Amino acid sequence: MLFTALAIARVKDLFAAVMLMGIYSLLTASLFVVMHAVDVAFTEAVVGAGISTLLMLKALALTGPHQNNSSYRSMLALVVVLISGALLIYGTWDIPPFASASAPIHQHVAPHYIQNSMQETGVRNVVTAILASYRGFDTFGELVVVFTASVGVMGLLAVTHPHDKYHDGDAAAMQQHLILRIVVKMLIPLILIFALYVQFHGDYGPGGGFQAGVIFASAIILYSMVFGSHAAQQVVNRTVIQILAALGVLIYGSVGIVSLLMGRNFLDYSALLPDPVDGQHLGILLVELGVGITVAAAMIIIFFSFSDRVVSEEVSPE
Amino acid sequence: MLTHLPILQVIVPLMAAPICLMLRPVRLVWLFALIASAMVFLISVALLQQVVQSGTIIYEIGGWSAPWGIEYRIDLLNAYLLLIISAISTVILLSTHTSIQSELAAERHTFFYVAYLLCLAGLLGIAATGDLFNVFVFLEISALSSYALIALGNNRRALWASYQYLIMGTIGATFILIGIGLMYVMTGTLNMYDLSQRLPEVSDSRTVFTAFAFFIVGVCLKLALFPLHMWLPNAYAYAPSAVTALLAATATKVAVYILIRFIFSVFGVEFSFSHFPLQDIFLVLSLAGILIASTTAIFQQNVKRILAYSSVAQVGYMILGFSIGNPAGLMATLLHLFNHALMKGALFLAVGAVMYRVGGVQLSDFAGLGKRMPWTMAAIVIGGLSLIGVPLTVGFVSKWYLVAAVLERGWWPVAVFILVGSLLAVIYIWRIVEAAYFQLPAPGNAEVREAPLSLLIPTWMLVVANIYFGLDTRLTVGISESIAKMLFGVEP
Repeated sequence: MLFTALAIARVKDLFAAVMLMGIYSLLTASLFVVMHAVDVAFTEAVVGAGISTLLMLKALALTGPHQNNSSYRSMLALVVVLISGALLIYGTWDIPPFASASAPIHQHVAPHYIQNSMQETGVRNVVTAILASYRGFDTFGELVVVFTASVGVMGLLAVTHPHDKYHDGDAAAMQQHLILRIVVKMLIPLILIFALYVQFHGDYGPGGGFQAGVIFASAIILYSMVFGSHAAQQVVNRTVIQILAALGVLIYGSVGIVSLLMGRNFLDYSALLPDPVDGQHLGILLVELGVGITVAAAMIIIFFSFSDRVVSEEVSPE
Repeated sequence: MLTHLPILQVIVPLMAAPICLMLRPVRLVWLFALIASAMVFLISVALLQQVVQSGTIIYEIGGWSAPWGIEYRIDLLNAYLLLIISAISTVILLSTHTSIQSELAAERHTFFYVAYLLCLAGLLGIAATGDLFNVFVFLEISALSSYALIALGNNRRALWASYQYLIMGTIGATFILIGIGLMYVMTGTLNMYDLSQRLPEVSDSRTVFTAFAFFIVGVCLKLALFPLHMWLPNAYAYAPSAVTALLAATATKVAVYILIRFIFSVFGVEFSFSHFPLQDIFLVLSLAGILIASTTAIFQQNVKRILAYSSVAQVGYMILGFSIGNPAGLMATLLHLFNHALMKGALFLAVGAVMYRVGGVQLSDFAGLGKRMPWTMAAIVIGGLSLIGVPLTVGFVSKWYLVAAVLERGWWPVAVFILVGSLLAVIYIWRIVEAAYFQLPAPGNAEVREAPLSLLIPTWMLVVANIYFGLDTRLTVGISESIAKMLFGVEP
C-alpha cells in the first residue's frame, strides 16, 4: 500500500495514477477483510476501486491524461504535513493494542449491539442493525450527503443545449470492439441481478443499499461507456433519474415520519407493525431500499453529467 | 407533536430539499423553500421557549436510548444557535427570489434552492445533535452544499474559489474525523454527553491529546481562524450575494458553536485550558487575526472582499472572547455570535442589492450611489456603524461586554488591541461611505434606481434588528449570560 501511495504521488501520467488508486483501494479492501470488517471491505471495493475509478476515468476523458508541469514546491506545506504526520504517530502510541478485549471500544457500546441486536431488530447482520436502526439517522445523513453531491454536480454542469446535437464519440470508437460489446451485454444482466441480491440480502450477509446502489449504477455506466451515453439515456431518462434520486431520500425520511405519526420517535421502526421486531425488520428493508435508489440514481446522474460535458465539448468546435 | 420539535427542526428542510427538486416552476420552489424555512424559524422559537421553561430537552432518534442510539440534546446554547440560523436563513430567503435573477443562470435556480435547504438542514443538524459522529455527517451536508452554492454563481472565478474552499474544507473535515476516531478509540462512545463523562479517565493519554489537537485544528479551518482563513475571502467575494450572506451570518457561527461545545462541555474547561496551552494560542491568533485581517480589508477594492476580511477579524473577536477564560468573556463571544450574524446579514444583503442594480461591487461601482440608492446605502451605513461598534447598535453591545471581560482580567493591552481593531473598521467602512456619498456617480450609474422592495425589506428587517437589539438587550444578554454560567458550571 505504501508503495502504491508513493507511486500515485510520483507518477506523471494521470491515467496510471487513477489505475494505481484503484489498486490502492482494492488493497485497503483486502486489509479490511483481514480485519474481519467485511461490510466495510465490500463498500471500499465497490466505491473506491469501482465507481470512483470509473468517474475519474470519465473526468480524464474531459481533461486529457497529462499533468501540467509545475515547479511549485512549498517548504511550508512539507513542514505542516510532517508535523501532522508526526502528531498522528505520537497519538497512536497510547491506543489500546489491536484486538485487545479490554479496549474501551469493546467494552462500552459494542457488547450491547452484539448481544441484543438480533432480539431487538430481527436482523442477523449486526452491522446492518447498527447502520440502519441504532444509528439510522447517521445513515440518513450520509444518504443526504450523496444526494447533495448529485445536486451539486447537476447544478454546476446543468446542460442547456438540446438533445439532438448528440454525437457519441465513445460509441463510434467502440463499434469495432465486437468481443467487448458481447461480453458486456452478457455481464450487465448478471451485475444487475447481483446488485438486487446485495440490496435485499443486506440483513443476512454483508451488503446493503449503499453497495447495491453503486453496483447497479456501475452496470448502467458500463453500458453507457460501451454503447454511448445517448443509448444509455434512452434506457434511463434524465428526468426520471433526477426524480428517483429525490425519491430515495423521501422514502427514507417518510419511514421516519410515519413512525412519528404513529406516536413514536423519528425513525423508530417498531411503530410500523404491531410486532415491534417485525416493524424493525420492515423499516430496515424500506430504508435500505431508499438508500439503494438514491445512491444508484446519484451515481448515474454524476456520470451522465460528465459524459454530456464530453459530448458538448466535442460538438462545440464544429 | 410538541415533543417532536427537536427532530422536526432538522427534518423539515431536509425533506423539503428533495421535494423542491421535483417542483416546477421556480417561483413555487422559492415559495416552498421559504415556507419550510419559516416553519423552522417558528419551531426554533418554540424550542427556545421550551428550554427556557423546562431545561434541556432530550430526543432519542429511533427510540434507542443514548449511548446506543443517536440523541438530540437541546440546551440553551443549542436553542440559541438554532434561533440565529433559522431566523437569518428565513430573512435571506425572502430576498433570494429577486437577488438570484441577476447572479445565477435561470436553469440553476431550482438547484440553488435545493442546495440552500440542504445547507440549512446541515447547519441546524450540527447545532441540534448530541452525537459526535452525527456532527460530522451534518458538517459534510452543509459543507458540500455550500461548495455547490458558492460555485453556482455566474462569475467564473467562483469556481476556483469554491475549489479552494473544497480542498481546505475537506482537510478540515478529515482532521475532525481523525479527532472523532481517536476519541472513539479511547472511550468507546460517540455520544457527546457520555464522552464528557468518560474522557476524564483517559485525559492523560497522548491519544486524547492528539484527538483534541486534530479536532480543534479541523474546526478552526472551518471557522476561518487566522491564519487558516485563506479560503474565505475569495469564497465570500465570488459567491452569489445571498449565499455570502447565509454563509457569513450562519456557517462560521456554527463552527464557533462546535468549538465552544467541545472546549467547554465535552473536554471541559479544566482539560482545554490547563492540560493544553489553548488559551495562549487562541489569544495570540485572535489578536493577530483582528489586526491583520482588518488592515488587509482596508486595501481591498471589492466591497465583498472588504466585508469578507472583516468577517475574519470578527471571528477573531469571537475566539478572543472565550480565550479570556472567564464567564464574562464567553458571554461576549455568545453575544457577538448573534450580533455579528445581524450585521453581516444586513451588510451582505445590501451589497447584494447593489449587485442587482449596478452589476458589480467594486468600490468604483459604489460612486455616487448615496443619491441613487438612498435606502440601500443607509442600510450599509448603519450596518457599518454596527460593525465598528458605535453606541445604539448591536456592535456596541458585544464590544462593550468584550472589553469589560478583558478588563476584569486586568489585560489592558488586549483592550487597546480591541479599540485599534475598531479604528481599522472605521477606515474600511469609511472608504465605502466616501465612495457612495462624496464621489460623483460613475457614467454608467446615472440611470441606477433604488433597489426593489423585495430586496429592501429583508435588508431593513436586519438593519432594524441591529438597532433594536442594540437598545433592548434583555433577550440576548439574558440568554448568553445563562449559557456562559451553564458552561462554566456556575449556578445561575
